[in-house]
Amino acid sequence: MAKTVTFIIFRYNPEKDKRPYYKEYKVEIRRPGMMVLDGLNQIRWEQDGTLAYRRSCREGVCGSDGLNINGVNMLSCITHIEDLKSPIVIQPLPSLPVIKDLVVDFTDFFNKYYIVKPYLITKTPPPSDRERLQSPEDRKKLDGLYECILCACCSTSCPSFWADPDYLGPAALLKAWRFIADSRDEGSDERLEIVNDRHGVWRCHTILNCIEACPKQLNPTEAIANLKKTIVQRKF
Amino acid sequence: MGNNSAFDVVIHKHDVIIVGAGGAGLRAALEASKVVNTAVISQVFPTRSHTVSAQGGIAASLSNMEPDSWLWHMFDTVKGSDYLGDQDAIEFMCRMAPEIVIELEHMGMPFSRIENGKIFQRKFGGHTKDFGKDAIQRTCAAADRTGHAMLHTLFEQCVKNQVVFYNEFFAIDLIMNEGHVVGVLAWDIVNGGFHIFHAKATMLATGGYGRCYKTTSNAHICTGDGLGMTLRAGLPVEDLEFVQFHPTGIYGVGNLITEGVRGEGGYLINKDGERFMKRYAPRVMDLASRDVVSRAMAEEIRNGRGCGPRGDYILLKLDHIGADVIHERLPGIWELAYVFAGIDCTKEPIPVVPTVHYCMGGIPTNYYAEVVVGNMETPETPVKGFYAAGECACVSVHGANRLGSNSLLDIMVFGKVGGHRMAEFAESLPEHVPLPENPGKNGIERVINLFNSNGKERMGPIWEELKESMDANCGVFRTEETLTKQKAIVDVLIRRFKNVGIDDKSKVYNLDLVETLELENMLEYSKAIVEGALARTESRGSHYRDDYPKRDDVNWLKHTLAYLEEDGSIRLDYKPVRLKPLTVEPFMPAERVY
Repeated sequence: MAKTVTFIIFRYNPEKDKRPYYKEYKVEIRRPGMMVLDGLNQIRWEQDGTLAYRRSCREGVCGSDGLNINGVNMLSCITHIEDLKSPIVIQPLPSLPVIKDLVVDFTDFFNKYYIVKPYLITKTPPPSDRERLQSPEDRKKLDGLYECILCACCSTSCPSFWADPDYLGPAALLKAWRFIADSRDEGSDERLEIVNDRHGVWRCHTILNCIEACPKQLNPTEAIANLKKTIVQRKF
Repeated sequence: MGNNSAFDVVIHKHDVIIVGAGGAGLRAALEASKVVNTAVISQVFPTRSHTVSAQGGIAASLSNMEPDSWLWHMFDTVKGSDYLGDQDAIEFMCRMAPEIVIELEHMGMPFSRIENGKIFQRKFGGHTKDFGKDAIQRTCAAADRTGHAMLHTLFEQCVKNQVVFYNEFFAIDLIMNEGHVVGVLAWDIVNGGFHIFHAKATMLATGGYGRCYKTTSNAHICTGDGLGMTLRAGLPVEDLEFVQFHPTGIYGVGNLITEGVRGEGGYLINKDGERFMKRYAPRVMDLASRDVVSRAMAEEIRNGRGCGPRGDYILLKLDHIGADVIHERLPGIWELAYVFAGIDCTKEPIPVVPTVHYCMGGIPTNYYAEVVVGNMETPETPVKGFYAAGECACVSVHGANRLGSNSLLDIMVFGKVGGHRMAEFAESLPEHVPLPENPGKNGIERVINLFNSNGKERMGPIWEELKESMDANCGVFRTEETLTKQKAIVDVLIRRFKNVGIDDKSKVYNLDLVETLELENMLEYSKAIVEGALARTESRGSHYRDDYPKRDDVNWLKHTLAYLEEDGSIRLDYKPVRLKPLTVEPFMPAERVY
């Protein structure tokens, strides 16, 4: 008999359930290195087609499948089943409205991302026939920032984000710093103006959950600290 | 649930509709939205599209590292295509490449840089200097996360330009009237319900079809839905039998290890530790084009020189290039090898196998991204209002085999041109061509039937059998015997699908419904892949027939077209290769040696 692991999954179908409940499934371990997403797929394709979740690249770069697994936010596609304590409790990302089962509504999360003007702002026209130049040292300043996959694991692990519905949150603030840190960008003033707010950088109380939650090993807290420092330096 | 009245049909009207929000779709949207009312429909939030997984880079003869020319790039692409590529489109793409990359940089794409501040370029398979003399550094990279950097940059520009998105809408069918494509029928995944998008110009940018195989680098969403839509509209798909096996998918899971690893000096070894590529491609060895390397690996494995207890993989060695280079230029690869193979690749080699990666075939277009129909006798003519770009299209710039880093280039060039062309077309039409009576009727009925079906079959087991049998019978090596067997298997699966039902009968986020509709698409075009492959009695590029091991230019220097007939059968037709480039002399078919 193949080894099995128990998944306890948060279920909620708005069309028929008054309230959410948890359902238990057995997942067969068929090869070493199986990920949580492989287990969810096994359930859907072989046991219960009604289970809903998001997934796309299945290798940790598209950011679709952030979930709360055994109490911690992570991506189901790069989390090994064997590294987790059984039974494995799988819930949607905290603090965002649930659409169905493990699918949450990201509208608020993305709206906060749009607020920080997440695009290169330039005033000087680029050279007509070649790239803008950027030294390798300046380019290096973007490492640890541009890799963000917008999975929302960080923001939805942040107690300040839970408590303050207007807080921009670590993902949006990291994005703001990604552009301010870019030697080609000329939009620092407008972005700093936006994040210099009680619902912006000053709402971060360095709880550090975001760092722990980030599946790409990025450091939003440090990005927020850099934003705070830059604001203070410009003011005084 | 259970009757028609449970569903409203909402109608939206835009000048231009683009289905798909990967690189091609977003590039087209940026272009079209400057001029006309444009909207993008996507099955996923845009940054979840599969472009995000592209690693190595985008080819362009920028000459940042060493002198280069678009003509060399063109030669390499034609040769890489095993002469099945259309040379007008290839010239068009290679000439435009430098400008396309510079534009991306201007949009803010975080390319890696060299000391003088210009964009970093690396070596890639099949890219050479001076018409095949030696490997060249042509591939522009953002570390090994070029697709991620590109997709996010394009989406950021869309945010800046306030492009309209309908995210998590699943496109079901094309809608045609008076010989025009007038829009699409889609299903709102989040809320449930049908939506008709009525447009003057419609583009499919729905990506590749690798998910009909089991061993694949493709995302879950790469189910080739645009091909099913095109086939059901009575229009042809082109060259589907050409499916690229990337040499280095991680053994057992298929996740991609970029060719950039070999570009940076990594190489493949068999169980004897031999760098076997020197026997197959003496000049550029591990940087030969992908079909050549994948076949060499499969050959090593079937001759008993594979690695591991079952002798069924090859090792990719890269520890000798140094931990510093790996962490600087290939950080994503280090991560993937660590997570998916449990290996620290700065110390150990990575177990790899040839893996379904890219679909050269697709919806036939010209180099304006207009969908075209023609055959050996009749010249190609555009289908009014219908455009396709990216992996779902077949321009054909990749012919029988795509060169690495030409795919990100393809999606940018033809996305941009298509977007521009659609805007022009939309402006030239004073009014929308009206919707037909009962628009989307067939698609709406198929969905309602699934909700009402008591069918005992389920999507999961049918799909599993499709994937496994496609791997076994329509893979790197094919014969009449395996393909005939596969044709019969697909027919059985199609019959079983007629009795399919869904577990989930709810409207909201019904993934069961979406995956079942995807499977329907997969079954339809898998039949076209297999029948095209069975008919093509030659070996060319990625299509290798053990029973016909030579390329046959006399009989097969032509594109396959597949039509889905009313009775569900596939009808094959053919059209000539466009051998004449735009301004230069053609590259005539020659023996391919690397």
